Amino acid sequence: MPARIPPAGLSRRDLLQRTGGLAALAAFTAACGSNTGRPPTGGADGGSKAALSQWFHQYGEPGTREAALKYAKAYQDATVGVQWTPGDYGSKLSAGLLSSKGPDVFESQLNIAMVKSGQVVALDELIADVKDDFTEGDLATNTVDGKVYGIRMIVDPQVVYYRKSLLDKAGIKPPETVDDLISAAKALTTDKMKGIFVGNDGGVALGGPALWSSGGAYLTADNKAGFGNDRAAQAFGKLHELYASKSVLLGAPTDWTDPSAIVQGLAAMQWIGMWALPAMQKALGDDLGVIPFPKLDAQGTAAVYSGGWTQFVSAKSQNVDAAKKFVKWLWVDQSEFQEDWCLNYGFHIPPRKSLAAKAAKLQTGAAAETVKLTQEFGRTDNPAWTPKMGTAFGDMLTNIIRKGADPGGEIGKAEKIVTTELSRLFG
Amino acid sequence: MSSRSATRNNALWFWLFTGPFVLGLLIFSYLPILWSLVLSFFEAQNTVTPSKFVGLRNYADMLTDANFVSSLGTFTVFALFIVPLTFVLSLALALLVNQVEIARAFFRSVFFLPTACSYVVASLIWKLSIFNGVRFGLANTVLGWFGADQIAWLSTVDPPWFWLPIVTVRLWLQLGFYLILFIAGLQRISPTLYEAAYVDGAKPGWQTFRFITWPQLRATSVAVLLLNLIAAYQAFDEFYNLLGNVNFARPPLVYLYGISLGSIQDLGRGSAGAMILAVVIIVLTLLQNKIFGFGKAND
Repeated sequence: MPARIPPAGLSRRDLLQRTGGLAALAAFTAACGSNTGRPPTGGADGGSKAALSQWFHQYGEPGTREAALKYAKAYQDATVGVQWTPGDYGSKLSAGLLSSKGPDVFESQLNIAMVKSGQVVALDELIADVKDDFTEGDLATNTVDGKVYGIRMIVDPQVVYYRKSLLDKAGIKPPETVDDLISAAKALTTDKMKGIFVGNDGGVALGGPALWSSGGAYLTADNKAGFGNDRAAQAFGKLHELYASKSVLLGAPTDWTDPSAIVQGLAAMQWIGMWALPAMQKALGDDLGVIPFPKLDAQGTAAVYSGGWTQFVSAKSQNVDAAKKFVKWLWVDQSEFQEDWCLNYGFHIPPRKSLAAKAAKLQTGAAAETVKLTQEFGRTDNPAWTPKMGTAFGDMLTNIIRKGADPGGEIGKAEKIVTTELSRLFG
Repeated sequence: MSSRSATRNNALWFWLFTGPFVLGLLIFSYLPILWSLVLSFFEAQNTVTPSKFVGLRNYADMLTDANFVSSLGTFTVFALFIVPLTFVLSLALALLVNQVEIARAFFRSVFFLPTACSYVVASLIWKLSIFNGVRFGLANTVLGWFGADQIAWLSTVDPPWFWLPIVTVRLWLQLGFYLILFIAGLQRISPTLYEAAYVDGAKPGWQTFRFITWPQLRATSVAVLLLNLIAAYQAFDEFYNLLGNVNFARPPLVYLYGISLGSIQDLGRGSAGAMILAVVIIVLTLLQNKIFGFGKAND
């Protein structure tokens, strides 16, 4: 048989074969790049069930991802895919919510812009029967124009945890005012350890608590900027004083949301959420005390930021009803899952009052104290406070804290942006 | 094979290989640019669909936005550091590597290797290992040997130490690329020019560099400067990963990312900012071209 001599050019058949291969490759790579967390078909059980995509940010506590997968698998009425997002979850979620390829169910914090642009659906009927079992703050933070748009999954109080032994050794009491906090941080600073860690940005996370401790608020009840006054300026000025005291840890390998700084002995006190309590207790045992953000002065009040995560249903979902049903099942009906989610990995307060009251792990030590402080001083987010306002507020704090800018002038600039945004939203 | 079918075959091959890329360019570059242009004239909050025509209002907003203007200032400072430093160091390294007799390819590879590293990975190494602010960070350990205090490199605004990690990480990452360009330029210079110069009494070193190498490298130098400046405008990864979205060192792309794709999601204003930035880059490039005479490089 003579050897086959390949043609110099491409035959039609060759071209079709090769372009067909390219097309298959393109389809494969496109499929790889479009992972939304949603199962590829109707579901493993035959395709009749709705396929839902549930998005989470990356929790730091080991076991949380497996827990989320376990809950999803346990749900029988739809096939739920879980997408776990390390890094900048907020930006990814923002982009995802612009398209129908985004999540069906996602965790986030509500702001009015999400409602006005129709990104989320109201969930009132889901919690109608158990509304009284949620705290007023948890309901308020998810309510716009009288409608509830999200079901709170966890409550994450943020406070100052400190090493009791180090305060005792220095002969100081737990700080009760901001001045006490600054003095304590100075007294606890040594060659090897800084007094306090409030984030590598110098304490921008303390902006809200400092404002509340002065008696102010992000927004007033009638939706006006609530920080344009001398006491707020004084509170922000104190944050700069703390930063400039050289007793604040800066440039730590991980940020304030991770307990490494206090656990590794880089700082004696740390501003952090209750989620990190198990890790801190494991490393430090009972040598752990807790205080709220201290009051500005005798006229002020202590403050605890009662943050957390809420589950929402995307209005762009192809399966809004199925998504709602899943959210109700997981965060309203399955109380054992909420308990597991809040208490078996990091520590969080279960949003359902009935569950929080019987949570044994929150009944003793620093956990019990944190819960008490949250009940007494907890403040939740106002949904009318938009990310644009938050950015202006953060820039203001950066200028005051790190650059030592005049608080009065910086407040004026931020207030202008916030007022413009409020006019756009409320007229 | 007739010349007509050969031409047709060539055309087929051309489209087979370039078609997917042209398609990608159209879909992922030109279409978004066009859509961004459209959005820049509309209100588009939390949506990529234009909702209300606002004319030039987004442009006016961005041009009067202190943060946007300040981001252009950040770029200028960054460019003032990075462009001359990259130029001088890559040229110096290229001259050295080009003169090495033994293992030239090895040295070339050593300097080029960082180019293959991701900006994100390099930034994290810089942030977590070299320039972290605690006592066990590499830079602080070295300072400790000399009895100096620890420095919070990325957190200290006054003095602005953060520029050191920002500039060095990019230098490490991109020096190799420009080094290769300069080596290519150096190897294009005819040895006879140097021989003639030596015959005429020129001394090796500064004299031959000043009167032969430097003028002969004009085309390469202009290209390096141009590419460097555009790359400086595109700064995003190292700023975002080392500093986050902070207002004292926020280059234009980080600011626009925050407005458009971050939590603010104001696609209208973000698109207007992107268009303004594009115009600034085009004007600066044309200006640079005019000053350095890119087209006259071989005259």
